[in-house]
Amino acid sequence: MTRAVLTALMSHWWRNPLQLFTLLAGLALATALWSGVQAVNAEARASYDAAAATLGEGQYDRFVRRDGLPMDEQVFVEMRRAGWLVSPVVQGRLDGIRIVGVEPLTAPVGLGPVSLGQDNDLAGFLGGDTPFFANADTAAGLSGVDVVISENVAPNTAIADIGAAQRLLDKTGVIDALIILPGQPIGQRAQAEVAPDLVRQVAQGGSDIGRLTDSFHLNLTAFGLLSFAVGIFIVHGAIGLAFEQRRPVVRTLRALGVPLSRLVWLMAVELLLFALLAGIIGVALGYLVAALLLPDVAATLRGLYGADVAGTLQLRPSWWLSGLAIAVGGTAVAASGALAQLSRMPLLAAAQPRALAMAAGRRAKVQGGLALLLLSASLVLMVTADGLVGGFALLGTLLIGAALGLPLILDRLLAVFSTRAKGPVLGWFWADTRQQLPGLSLALMALLLAMAANVGVSTMVSSFRLTFVGFLDQRLASELYIRTEDTAQSDALIAFAEERVDAILPIQSADVTLGGQPAEVFSARDHATYRDNWRFLQSTSDAWDQTFSGQAIVINEQLARRADIALDQVLTLQSRAFTVVGIYGDYGNPIGQAVIAEPVFEALYPEVEAQNFGLRMDPADVENFLSALEAATGIAPTQAVDQAGIKAISLEIFERTFTVTTALNILTLAVAGFAILMSLLTLATMRVPQLAPAWAMGLTRRQLGRIELARAVMLACLTALVALPLGLALAWALLAVVNVAAFGWRLPMYLFPADYLRLAVFALLAAALAAAWPALRLARTPPADLLKVFSNER
Amino acid sequence: MLLDVKNIHKTYQTADGPFEVLRGVDLRLGEGETLALTGESGSGKSTLLHLIGGLDMPDRGAIVINGHDIAGADDAARAAIRRGSVGVVFQQFNLIPSLTVADNIAFQARLADKYDPQWSEALAGTMGLADHLRKYPEQLSGGQQQRVAIARTLAPKPALVLADEPTGNLDEDTARVVMDLMLDLAADTGAGLLMVTHSQALAGRLGRRLHLKAGRIA
Repeated sequence: MTRAVLTALMSHWWRNPLQLFTLLAGLALATALWSGVQAVNAEARASYDAAAATLGEGQYDRFVRRDGLPMDEQVFVEMRRAGWLVSPVVQGRLDGIRIVGVEPLTAPVGLGPVSLGQDNDLAGFLGGDTPFFANADTAAGLSGVDVVISENVAPNTAIADIGAAQRLLDKTGVIDALIILPGQPIGQRAQAEVAPDLVRQVAQGGSDIGRLTDSFHLNLTAFGLLSFAVGIFIVHGAIGLAFEQRRPVVRTLRALGVPLSRLVWLMAVELLLFALLAGIIGVALGYLVAALLLPDVAATLRGLYGADVAGTLQLRPSWWLSGLAIAVGGTAVAASGALAQLSRMPLLAAAQPRALAMAAGRRAKVQGGLALLLLSASLVLMVTADGLVGGFALLGTLLIGAALGLPLILDRLLAVFSTRAKGPVLGWFWADTRQQLPGLSLALMALLLAMAANVGVSTMVSSFRLTFVGFLDQRLASELYIRTEDTAQSDALIAFAEERVDAILPIQSADVTLGGQPAEVFSARDHATYRDNWRFLQSTSDAWDQTFSGQAIVINEQLARRADIALDQVLTLQSRAFTVVGIYGDYGNPIGQAVIAEPVFEALYPEVEAQNFGLRMDPADVENFLSALEAATGIAPTQAVDQAGIKAISLEIFERTFTVTTALNILTLAVAGFAILMSLLTLATMRVPQLAPAWAMGLTRRQLGRIELARAVMLACLTALVALPLGLALAWALLAVVNVAAFGWRLPMYLFPADYLRLAVFALLAAALAAAWPALRLARTPPADLLKVFSNER
Repeated sequence: MLLDVKNIHKTYQTADGPFEVLRGVDLRLGEGETLALTGESGSGKSTLLHLIGGLDMPDRGAIVINGHDIAGADDAARAAIRRGSVGVVFQQFNLIPSLTVADNIAFQARLADKYDPQWSEALAGTMGLADHLRKYPEQLSGGQQQRVAIARTLAPKPALVLADEPTGNLDEDTARVVMDLMLDLAADTGAGLLMVTHSQALAGRLGRRLHLKAGRIA
């Protein structure tokens, strides 16, 4: 019996291949976009994890020199003798590849590819034959050294015994940091006595590269989720239509002796098979999407955050399984309503075809009530949401509420147009469009979500770009930045530059605790650069005057939010009180920061010597200045960073970010266009009986085709009008709630009308393209098919 | 006794309140017997047929088919009796549109695990469907579709055939041909036949006739 029933159920799909294609394609596209984005995220996270495992980043505290320069390796010996369990690290870059040297005998267990207790070749690691470990991609870029391939090593990184790394990096006799092992013995000598130049760098979330890049991944995940939601709308529509069309068959099967429970079970199995098939196709397509996106994402992450991410994709079993799980889960969600309805259906229920005016009556009221409830909840959350959970609840209620409300909004608008229509054709057009609305509503909801996602995410990314460029102008106000190696070089630089530049702005910093939070305090010299370029989120009218007078302090937004510090509040540094007079945006920086006047800083932290300097000068003089500086002082141009170069690199990175966003925008819109196409095609056969009377009364088939096209474009246009405010609300929620909860800083929101207009044009084009084929088919419907409507044979 | 219906009652809830459509119906049918059930619209003919076919549940009474009381059986048990012992011919044909004529004819026999290819082929030939086996129902006329439905019902050789106005949607000539076939095949297979009809002429061709009036056998 099972086989016979399955054959009968499956035969529906073979006789309706378009419906089967819609179902599989919708699910495959949804899975592809979701799993593609997840693959990119997973690859990046795997890279971060590899980096953490290789280098202990974010896991262990470290000692580094206060001035950030390398230390003599004798410091390591002295610290060990004093009882400190520390392990030396040297690092640097060679041809863009990060070279890391560790000392395997003292390194924490599990750090690096070679560790005691693993199967790796310790002797080889220590010996001179095969001293470098790297993954295959990195190994290809390393020349002149022996490399052992190890996929456990972070991308773009080569790790070796410290001696080998020192030789390669030309750092013989020096190290960059001392890793502090957990479980230090009691009674060791104080570090300040043994090595007073060292400061302890605490391992915290802030130093974890994964956290820095979370914002970027959150954007991608939001996009993936929305795309998946759009795809599920398609699947829901296809399953709903198929179940409606098969109701008479279900009734017949039951009348012929198939038990209801067996039927429901078999239909669930049938859908499970489709979900698995579509899931496999979707995951394969997702792999392609990820492979196309990953190089740009990797470049973006490397440029923005210095995070090394492999530019090539690996097939991970967990990723395959999660792709299939999301496909099956999505199908279950989309089909649950239809299956529940089927299981409750009495055997003798009237086998009527789907009434297109289903949205009317009780169901529409329930949908409207639910939409109103969710939108009301989102309004409340806009005021009260605090934290990530609240942020995502806001996004969910807003998007689902708006999607559910869309058919009702459109119905009301069409009703208004209908009453004002002049002429019989226009009157029929509006009335017929209202009747069509239930059949098209799922596709229009998908379009709404796609457009809103586009507006929302584009606004967020564009706002981020605009803010970040402004932020670069603020932070990179000096035309030239120079880092000196020692005090002698600093003195030489100051002596040389004093007469040649407009201003010298030393940059000094110290690690402190402010308001109970770890933070860095910087010095600022009294100069117009700060007054002219720095933009405060909140400040008193004379913030810089007060700061330079030595009585006040300005802090970054992260510190203000985390420590709940407001203007006029008093903070204490080294027992000295400062009034907070300004709060500035500090995007991308994970930890707290504060700025005080230079003389005050020098008084509080006399041991800190300035070795970073910003120089203000005519940009045209930068090149000549650097040549003269090298000739006079020996300070190499490699110690300098010019502002224009940094900005150019930053902007280039952003362009790559935009490539990713644009690609996802296009894909999401394509999915929505596909939803419209499939809805129109599946409705096309039902349309014939409705259009035949209009044809019989004098409208030509060509006119009917044109009307169908105009209807789709008009509905897309109305949907776009609803999508714009929804997208802006989405952007606001992302910027003002989710971002703040996740990263501690709030981005200002900018509007980009030209972008929205372009998006609307794209959406209308997508709708027109989707409607073109069904309209053409209608225009070419043989008169015999239209005549059948009036015969008893039908 | 093939079919024994005892004191069947059935009430529907309507907008105007409860409506008792069957008020204590009794009837019996032996193997190979044919019985016409006539009555005005709303007299309860179709309801009675649905109850006997296990498509609906009576409020009271017993319906015994081949010794099994289906009135108190659950959905799975009633479905099993429909598959194995009872065949129903509907007025609306109720073919599966996505299966070919051949597959439709074989379908119920396959469900009941009684599929006999030679018998199905013979039925198709007798019904004049041999040239249409690869077609789909939508490609057939109404008369042809009803012949497919009858062939499907008889393919598993059921003990009891229930027919609900089987020629109601057909023209007079086609109706006569279909009726001839159904009676001949029922006689060939030894099945009992219970047919609901408005037509006195058709009712006259069956062995016995019962008239249902206001929910009771008149």
